[in-house]
Amino acid sequence: MRKSNNSIRYESRAGSISVTLLTWFLGLLFFFPIFWIGLISVRQEVDAGTFPPKWTAPFTLGNYGEVFTAGAKNFLLNSVIASLLSTIIVLMLAYPAAYALSIKPIKKSKDVLAFFLSTKFLPPIAALLPLYLILQKIHLLDNIFALAVLYIAMNLPLSVWMLRSFLKEIPKDLVEAAELDGASTVKILYKVLAPISMPGIAATALICFIFTWNEFLLAINVTGFGAATAPVYLVGFVTAEGLFFAHLAAVSIVVSLPVVIAGWAAQDKLVRGLSLGAVK
Amino acid sequence: MKSRNRVIAISAVMIASLTTAVLTVPAKAASTINVLMVGNPQMKDLQTLTADNFTADTGIKVNFTVLPENELRDKVTQDVASGAGQYDIVTLGMYDVANWGGTGKIKSLDSLVAADSSWNKADVFPSMIKGLSGADKKLYAAPFYGESSMLMYRADLAKKAGAVIPLHPTWAQVEAAAAKMNDKKNGVAGICLRGLPGWGEQFAPLTTVVNTYGGTWFTKDWKAQVNAKPFVDAVSLYVNLLKKYGEPAPTQAGFTECDNAMAQGKAAMWYDATSATGSIEKASFSKYAGKFAYAYAPTVKTKASGWLWAWAFSIEGASKQEANAWKFISWATSSKYENLVGEKLGWTAVPDGKRASTYANAKYTAAASAYYKVVLGSLQSADPLNPGVQPRPTSGIQFVAIPEFADLGTAVSQEVAKAITGGQTVKAALDKGQKLAEVVAAKYAK
Repeated sequence: MRKSNNSIRYESRAGSISVTLLTWFLGLLFFFPIFWIGLISVRQEVDAGTFPPKWTAPFTLGNYGEVFTAGAKNFLLNSVIASLLSTIIVLMLAYPAAYALSIKPIKKSKDVLAFFLSTKFLPPIAALLPLYLILQKIHLLDNIFALAVLYIAMNLPLSVWMLRSFLKEIPKDLVEAAELDGASTVKILYKVLAPISMPGIAATALICFIFTWNEFLLAINVTGFGAATAPVYLVGFVTAEGLFFAHLAAVSIVVSLPVVIAGWAAQDKLVRGLSLGAVK
Repeated sequence: MKSRNRVIAISAVMIASLTTAVLTVPAKAASTINVLMVGNPQMKDLQTLTADNFTADTGIKVNFTVLPENELRDKVTQDVASGAGQYDIVTLGMYDVANWGGTGKIKSLDSLVAADSSWNKADVFPSMIKGLSGADKKLYAAPFYGESSMLMYRADLAKKAGAVIPLHPTWAQVEAAAAKMNDKKNGVAGICLRGLPGWGEQFAPLTTVVNTYGGTWFTKDWKAQVNAKPFVDAVSLYVNLLKKYGEPAPTQAGFTECDNAMAQGKAAMWYDATSATGSIEKASFSKYAGKFAYAYAPTVKTKASGWLWAWAFSIEGASKQEANAWKFISWATSSKYENLVGEKLGWTAVPDGKRASTYANAKYTAAASAYYKVVLGSLQSADPLNPGVQPRPTSGIQFVAIPEFADLGTAVSQEVAKAITGGQTVKAALDKGQKLAEVVAAKYAK
């Protein structure tokens, strides 16, 4: 029994509509918590905890005003310094390392890769006490640059693995051709390979930036007032006495914005990057 | 070869720059102090008022780090125990002072208090001084605000339901009132109680119930009493109240959730900290501000059963800024500061519960007329050294002042939570708790 063309067209159209509806549903499902946080952030505390929510509750931007009067600037600045500095240095170190482990594999490159990965086996909490004591001994507690160094160590193994996967996708003939033309290793790295692997580099950079920006465990434990980052500031709005949902929602939005903007700006490269290499 | 040298050179410059940056630690100015605070509303007010008042008058800059209670405790433990000295002043609860006092990790305030007549020690409630002193009787922290516990209820709902709640209720009367005011159809629970596991959550109010039922965690000579009859009776009452008349999902409800339930009209009664008046009587937080009435902590066998707690400021042993730190503590815990808060932020926002002069201030008593007498009476009747019907091995009403209590209280509260959800009986929960308590008792028993 053969299906008519109309029937096939109808089924294909119905399938396409179902997929579209499912996609929209999933998209809205993922977006809903963000929408909810945004909604609560413009409510007074008295209305923020209402369940079921009262959609007509008065609108206020007062919570956002209080976020900045409570001194958000220093915390955000520390987050920017720690995230940018560590991301840049991680890329500068991971990119050549990934080259040496993929395009021109050094001896025992697989062992080196396994070693990089093994550094992630230890849960960060297990390393916390020794790290704290070392930083205390060398008088580097509450130092934003020391925190950035810890973030470099945290992100380097993952970045090497990611960049290696991206670089492995590039045909070796291209490198050989450049070598025949007399290009140095640095030139090959930065003039020949970098433009091709830019989506991968962007994806790695963004992931490093996000991990660093959102990192809480190290930030709360090895910083004090001077080097505390945005997540530490955010958690300060949680109180055991009194209501705090509206204020916490406002500060969550403010703290999340830089990452959202960075993700938005690198959107096309990120999608290409993530569909290319390690995260494929 | 050339390119390799370039890579080495770039790497060397990078490492050198980072090392220089890391080692260039900005020196803290001599007139700057660092303060670690818990993120409660009274502390946020202090943060807001410091620059324009304290710093303007003294030239001492104050850097605040604000954290939630659990994170604060971890941070205090790290900084104080290791002697890191990142903070000059740390905020401690009464339980923490009992554990740190006398260890040398926080400084005794006796000489500073003696030299500062403006602080007026005689004005501070004796129970606060007792609770914030170590076993060596030295004062280790100055109270910022103090609290006891009391019963808060909606006067309009009580009247409507015909529930009678005396000024000094018993738990039986509270149970009867909860039954009458329970209105699940309209989403109003008869009573809200903390069921959220945690020594400072569920077991803060619950231990006061245990005390007044004649129970205790430990006897004077360190015998665990967790599955003794009075303890079981008290927990059974608490669990039954929650099961029959309590808020939905009680094991998820702590102070914040009950505060919200009262503010939103979802609960008719609430037994909790006296400091809750700061939010439920504030119109911007609570839909029913002005409709609440107050009664003393319910009792059974004791005359009073309210708890005693204070958030207080201590100077770290490693601080090199003792004089400036005390100047700040003296200002923040003074009646002068209370007046400043009253004038600038309103009299109900005053960090009260620590000084007798607060309750003699006509402006304050007018603003807090609905509850100040109950709060004052509760604070005066709370005795941290003798909170129940039998002698205790340590100070503390709603806690046992030993470091192990935090873990013990939390572990037992998790078992009680299972009883609340119907996963086991109260007796079974407390039999498990008894075993845990016996391990702790063995450490202290001679």
